[in-house]
Amino acid sequence: MSDQFPEPSFGVEHDSSGGSSLVTGHSSLELPGGSHVTAVHDPFHGDLLEVSMGPHHPSTHGVFRMMVTLDGETIVKLKPVFGYLHRNHEKLGENTTYLSSMPYTDRLDYLNSMTNNWAYALAVEKLAGQPVPERAEYLRVILAELTRLLNHTCLAGFLLQDTGASGTPLMYAFREREKILDLFESLSGSRMMCNYQRFGGCRVDATPEWLAAATQLTDGYNEFLDEYEALITGNEILMARTQDVGVLKPDLAVSAGITGPMLRASGVNYDLRKVDGYGIYPRFEFRIPLGDHGDTYDRYMIRVLEMRESIKILRQALRAIPAGPILDPKAKIRGFRPKPGEAYGRIEGPKGEIGFYLISDGSPNPYRYRVRPPSFINLTILEDMCLGQTIADAVIILGSVDIVLGEVDR
Amino acid sequence: MFIRVHLWLTKMLGSGLIQGLAVTAKNLVGSFHDPLRFTTLEYPEQQPKLPENYRNFPFLVTENAGDPMGTLRCVACQICEKECPPQCIYIEKSKDKKPDATGRMQIYPAVFDIDTSVCMSCQICVEVCPFDAIKMDQVFEIATTDRFSALLLRREQLAKPNEYYHSIHPTEATEVDARLAAERKVAEEKAKAAAAAKATAPKPAANAAVAGLAEAGRPGPATPATKPIPAPTPPQPASSNPAQPPAAPSAEAENSPPAAA
Amino acid sequence: METLEQLRDRLRVRFPGAEISIVTNPGPAAQHSLLVGAPQARDIAFFLRDDPALKLDFCSNVTGVDWPEKEIIETTRTNVPDAAGGPGKIIEQKTRKLLPGCLEVVYHLYSMALKHGPVIVRLRTANRTDGVTLPSFTPVWRAAEFQEREVFDLYGVGFEGHPDLRRILMWDEFKDHPMRKDYVEPDDYEWEPTPHGAVLEKAKKHYPPAAPAVVTGDK
Repeated sequence: MSDQFPEPSFGVEHDSSGGSSLVTGHSSLELPGGSHVTAVHDPFHGDLLEVSMGPHHPSTHGVFRMMVTLDGETIVKLKPVFGYLHRNHEKLGENTTYLSSMPYTDRLDYLNSMTNNWAYALAVEKLAGQPVPERAEYLRVILAELTRLLNHTCLAGFLLQDTGASGTPLMYAFREREKILDLFESLSGSRMMCNYQRFGGCRVDATPEWLAAATQLTDGYNEFLDEYEALITGNEILMARTQDVGVLKPDLAVSAGITGPMLRASGVNYDLRKVDGYGIYPRFEFRIPLGDHGDTYDRYMIRVLEMRESIKILRQALRAIPAGPILDPKAKIRGFRPKPGEAYGRIEGPKGEIGFYLISDGSPNPYRYRVRPPSFINLTILEDMCLGQTIADAVIILGSVDIVLGEVDR
Repeated sequence: MFIRVHLWLTKMLGSGLIQGLAVTAKNLVGSFHDPLRFTTLEYPEQQPKLPENYRNFPFLVTENAGDPMGTLRCVACQICEKECPPQCIYIEKSKDKKPDATGRMQIYPAVFDIDTSVCMSCQICVEVCPFDAIKMDQVFEIATTDRFSALLLRREQLAKPNEYYHSIHPTEATEVDARLAAERKVAEEKAKAAAAAKATAPKPAANAAVAGLAEAGRPGPATPATKPIPAPTPPQPASSNPAQPPAAPSAEAENSPPAAA
Repeated sequence: METLEQLRDRLRVRFPGAEISIVTNPGPAAQHSLLVGAPQARDIAFFLRDDPALKLDFCSNVTGVDWPEKEIIETTRTNVPDAAGGPGKIIEQKTRKLLPGCLEVVYHLYSMALKHGPVIVRLRTANRTDGVTLPSFTPVWRAAEFQEREVFDLYGVGFEGHPDLRRILMWDEFKDHPMRKDYVEPDDYEWEPTPHGAVLEKAKKHYPPAAPAVVTGDK
């Protein structure tokens, strides 16, 4: 083969529907619908194709871009590019007061606003040494587990959507998710941007009717999961497409700082609800499901099993919630100035460990406000998982990582 | 594993698919008669039923629908402006004082703008307002074709009467009205006690009290004895300004005369 | 898990000559951290990861912090005795000191194997202008890869030994580092001013003085 590779007289274009056609005279093509195809001349291996998947892409869970280099259909290199949703949330945090940052945390991982709020409230309460009353702790657990149900339902739906099941499992999942969102709306006023936790407790108390509605939802959720699993879990197509795809070894997972269901699918037993025992989680009895293979199917199944454990926790919490205040009497809403110091508070969010690192210098604004985003860090090994797989698998593997760009980019 | 898949089905290849199809069929058929399966709402012919706590953009509460600008509960203390995270509220205090719904002389907001293209409906302004003057509205069908001026809501557009507040947030509004009435009653009783004390004690100290009362035209502003009692709901902001006792009571209690000098 | 003092002493014995000290955290959280000098930082990191008593295999969080230069005024009071034996005079002397600024990287380390933590490690650069390189911990914990890229992007700390150090959240051609305290945002954003307070003021600065005043509505 000569060094100088001749200009190709034809190129094959790949559009997102999978068809192909012959085009003359171009070595790089801009296509409508978002993919940009460039032929990369590599005299040794033949043409390697560099495809830029995204940022406008229906399967990338947000404005997320993957520069994928393909040898045929096999992935040779994959570089994730993000930052399209970067709003410099951490700088905003330095310029607003502690309370005013709470609505901004809703918008981090915009699907799970209650757990983001709790992580931030926990970090600030650690920083200021603020205790929380018991009823508020129970409410927090109930809402966090409802959020976990929300998120895992959402993921189950979207993963199936990514495999090409064109919406049916997604819509069934969302039908159930709507019920939880309605609960959030009647409690905090807003479906997703709840702005509910405060430093020292919760903002609004849950009425007995709300608790009854939550109990009813929890009791019906197992049936929904049974039906959903009947639809999906034994499905041969899903099994063929997700088993042994995107295998993540436990050593790599631990070294890469992966947390959450992705880590537990690889077999590592590390769940902050058991390890840190924050809040009142030690009072509840639940198990931690672990996976064997670390492939995409395991990641999906772990989330389904975690949903069942969440239902268990919810039942226990809804039965045991005591009466009482929901906000500590000494909690300050305005003029909150924690003493100088720093604190790192973390919780087991549905996507992984979400933590907030705050440095206070005694003023109403934090000196340094840092979010530890689980989705961002879980993307570290995306390339490792995708190498050697086909491009269709890359979409499914990304779906199983469960990212939300609001959190990746902040 | 908790999979409730019947084992005899999984022996056959394709059985998972058939089972899935059975679920889909159940949902399809059920959507014609089972409310669990058919959960869509034909908007806009059918309107959603919003829960009471639902919030969208804020609005200002006025006591008297007949005179909205004159009976705003807002006293332009600018606390909501400071606390608003995206800084979407713009307030200018008035230079003069106008009588409010109870006849007291109050500063009022000459300009009160909310930029709804910036507002994120976080509801912190409502939480920190010491006078229950700003509350969350529930209207969400507010799309407009004008990108700038139509999205900046001015004082006149923001002011809505207390009856409206009762219609959208009934329990909250009743509780607020009750609390304001109780505060006003306590303040009045303190004023009556102070006036009675002044009448029976003809001393220079009393003269100073009289002078203070005459000047303010209302119960003594800065003395600790007449400081309004903070409301018993958690959490009230620690810095309710004692110089301006909470304005206007509920719609029921009419203009009781302020404490005579 | 051993206390931070014990860990520090053990590290001092194992790495003689390395600068290791404890930074106390004054607030109620009491999360004290270890300040580690840059030259031996990576060896210390390997030790922290592999030591059987610690096994800190999970690098949870990598944060950059900007400490700009701070001018402090120190007041010294000296008692000057009176020559005649009377009461002495107290002379105050105010000296201005410029505390040098630095960029700091904070690592929160936990152990998944032994389920303990956190051990917080801090590294500081020499200054904020030219000496802004620190050793990268990516060879030790893969988790630091993206986060160190973020610290590089937003603070400008160069990580020596990082496999792929380039901007991650901002685009590649971006200049300056947004999270620094002295970052000045460019005022040629492509935004439309809303008729509202501070934004209007800022927009006015771009117009020549002869432009008509913007009407802000009736009062």
